Amino acid sequence: MKAKWWIIGLAVALLLAIISPIASSFPDGLEKVAQDHEFAEKAGTSPFSVMSNYIFPGIENEALATVLAGVLGTIILFSLGFGIASILKSKNEA
Amino acid sequence: MHLPDGFISVPVAATTGVIAVTAIAVAVRVTNKKIGEKQVPMMGVLAAFIFAAQMLNFPVAGGTSGHFVGAALAAILLGPWTAVLIMSSVLVVQCVIFQDGGLLALGANITNMAIVSVFISYYIYKGIYLMFGKSRTGLLAGAGIGAWFSVVFAALACAFELVISGTSPWEIAIPAMGGIHMIIGVGEALITVAVLSLVMATRSDLLKLQVT
Repeated sequence: MKAKWWIIGLAVALLLAIISPIASSFPDGLEKVAQDHEFAEKAGTSPFSVMSNYIFPGIENEALATVLAGVLGTIILFSLGFGIASILKSKNEA
Repeated sequence: MHLPDGFISVPVAATTGVIAVTAIAVAVRVTNKKIGEKQVPMMGVLAAFIFAAQMLNFPVAGGTSGHFVGAALAAILLGPWTAVLIMSSVLVVQCVIFQDGGLLALGANITNMAIVSVFISYYIYKGIYLMFGKSRTGLLAGAGIGAWFSVVFAALACAFELVISGTSPWEIAIPAMGGIHMIIGVGEALITVAVLSLVMATRSDLLKLQVT
């Protein structure tokens, strides 16, 4: 049986999350501009932390912690996107 | 280009917050009216893919990195209003769970990456697609050019917010943010075209799910 297309799509997303430790750690465009033009220090820190910097808490291996955070986030967003779409669809059928 | 708290002023945060809430409300209404069975898994997959792809920063010039945004891809596959919902979902989760993007800056981040980038890319894409007589070339050219502009305009919107917040003067913020994102935008264009080519080659029926 051929796998449903969206299962393949989700698998690709999970694969990207798994390889996320290879991402460049250079500052991104905005961070770089902020550093070069001396307003980076204005950045506030969040009053709370769930998985700051895409690090799953309590795991020593940083790459593994990043993978776990990425996989969890990917699953959360799949569920959220699927969930919102399902709710909006069922409402328009009612 | 996720703005942290502290870079934008309270009036800018409040104004962009109102813009974000209004756009999301309209997006819910439009999507609610038009969405069907086939769009449901696509919305899930796009949200998941865009989140994961955004983690993969790629190096660009001068010790800087950029990452995929995904607004153009979402707008082309599901139409602009549904794309607003997808991009907003990604930004809310990044902000609340991963502390990427400030809580007070959430409205500004949604304005830049879920509204400005979505509509800029969608209309540029649509214009080019129609100009090319709805051909395969037109679709991919429109997607690539639309994706490039989506990143550049999101960066300019971000720079504009920094300027009116008094964080950075316009003669620095606008060229610096615009310039680096003109390079990052090339990555956005390449990824968007690659994903759409793959969809076109394997499941071209999925290119007909736009909710407009």
